[in-house]
Amino acid sequence: MGYQYDFSVVLKSAWFEAVLMTMTYAVGTIVGGLIIGVVCGVALLFPYRWVTIPINIYVQFFRCTPLLIQIVWFFYALPIVLNFNLPAWAAAGLGLTLYMGAFCAEIFRAGVMSIDKGQWQAARALGMTYLQLMRRIILPQAMRRMVPPFVNQSVLQLKNTSLLYVVAVPDIMYVSSQITSTTYRPLEVYTFAALLYFALLYPLTQLARRLESRVDR
Amino acid sequence: MTESRPMIRITELHKHYGDFHAIKGVSLEVPKGGKYFIIGPSGCGKSTLLRCINLLEDPSSGSIEVGDQAMRFGPGHRMPPGRVLARYRSHVGMVFQQFNLFPHKTAIENVMEGPVVVKGTKLPEARELALDLLSKVGLAEKADVYPSQLSGGQAQRVAIARALAMQPNVMLFDEVTSALDPELVGEVLNVIKQLALDGTTMVVVTHEMAFARDIADTVCFMDAGVIGQEGTPEEILVRPQNPRLKAFLSRFLSERPA
Repeated sequence: MGYQYDFSVVLKSAWFEAVLMTMTYAVGTIVGGLIIGVVCGVALLFPYRWVTIPINIYVQFFRCTPLLIQIVWFFYALPIVLNFNLPAWAAAGLGLTLYMGAFCAEIFRAGVMSIDKGQWQAARALGMTYLQLMRRIILPQAMRRMVPPFVNQSVLQLKNTSLLYVVAVPDIMYVSSQITSTTYRPLEVYTFAALLYFALLYPLTQLARRLESRVDR
Repeated sequence: MTESRPMIRITELHKHYGDFHAIKGVSLEVPKGGKYFIIGPSGCGKSTLLRCINLLEDPSSGSIEVGDQAMRFGPGHRMPPGRVLARYRSHVGMVFQQFNLFPHKTAIENVMEGPVVVKGTKLPEARELALDLLSKVGLAEKADVYPSQLSGGQAQRVAIARALAMQPNVMLFDEVTSALDPELVGEVLNVIKQLALDGTTMVVVTHEMAFARDIADTVCFMDAGVIGQEGTPEEILVRPQNPRLKAFLSRFLSERPA
């Protein structure tokens, strides 16, 4: 039996705000996560266990539990624990940011650790202090190695914003489900939503690829 | 400066790695301008000793003096803070087996890095110094080339220039030709020979016996963490008395015909 496609149902103005919402959350939580990641990544390199152990617990906890549960937890459980009502947008944003931060910390730490020991020794032998050798020798090399995993994580992060719909943040995913519930056309609506995500991400991945080939000498 | 005081004085140096006693009470002196060569089987502690002189390893006990800087280690002495270590190392040049050039910097930038970052030398001045040193090692035309485009011998010569740029009191060479193709060894040894003729104080860990005989004024045979025998190249390499040294040399010569 033939299914009658009707893509006219997707013609809704709500998409504009939905795309804006998705982009806002993606950019905001990626930038926030990057900042948390760099701070935690630097701290993970400290030789003091009382610094590294709590940060490792944070990183591993957020890396190893589903993001969906984290968002739900921040929305429903955190207000109960803190006895303080967190608005949906803040709960969702906090969950996404901490999730990104955990991965960024690990990307940063792994990038620095991947630099050959000989580089550290050569810089020390010249008489550089820890800060000098980090800034001049280790980070410039490590940064190049961090770009591909960071881009990868950012792409995932933008798609992960679709989980926001569970706490009713009107992003692309949420709007899709709203339109579906009134039109009963999930096939057309979700296909269109997927195309929107693709249209957002594909140019970004291409840009990142060009950036990578530029820094890679 | 009087000649009475040695440039390097190491007293009763010990290094433990957990249960492993890598260096067992080594004492030695190198006068200003001295060429002190260390030979010995692999695992005898010769590289560890060299790395201790630059404090890339922290000695378990003993004392190390280089020029007017003295460091004591062991119970009651904490490892000095990073800033003090950095200042100490800036007076001690080190060249590694694996070159360890900075791959994101050109040859001349590698050489300039120490003076600019550590000493705060102005860029034009550092560039001039670096070009001088690159010419000295015969690589002025490679100044703007990245390390990945250099041969092993060229990379090692740049690494020597990089260490020299700090104008150190002492140069440490840690098996600097061991990672090179045989045909590239000569160009690196020639540079070190030239430094020796210029009066550079150096401690050299090497397996190049002919080179040691040619350049060294003192050769030290290390064995299982202690100095087995120390003397002139003649005494150590030509007429060895110590049976372990004899065994080492004969094994060595049979492996690599001179």
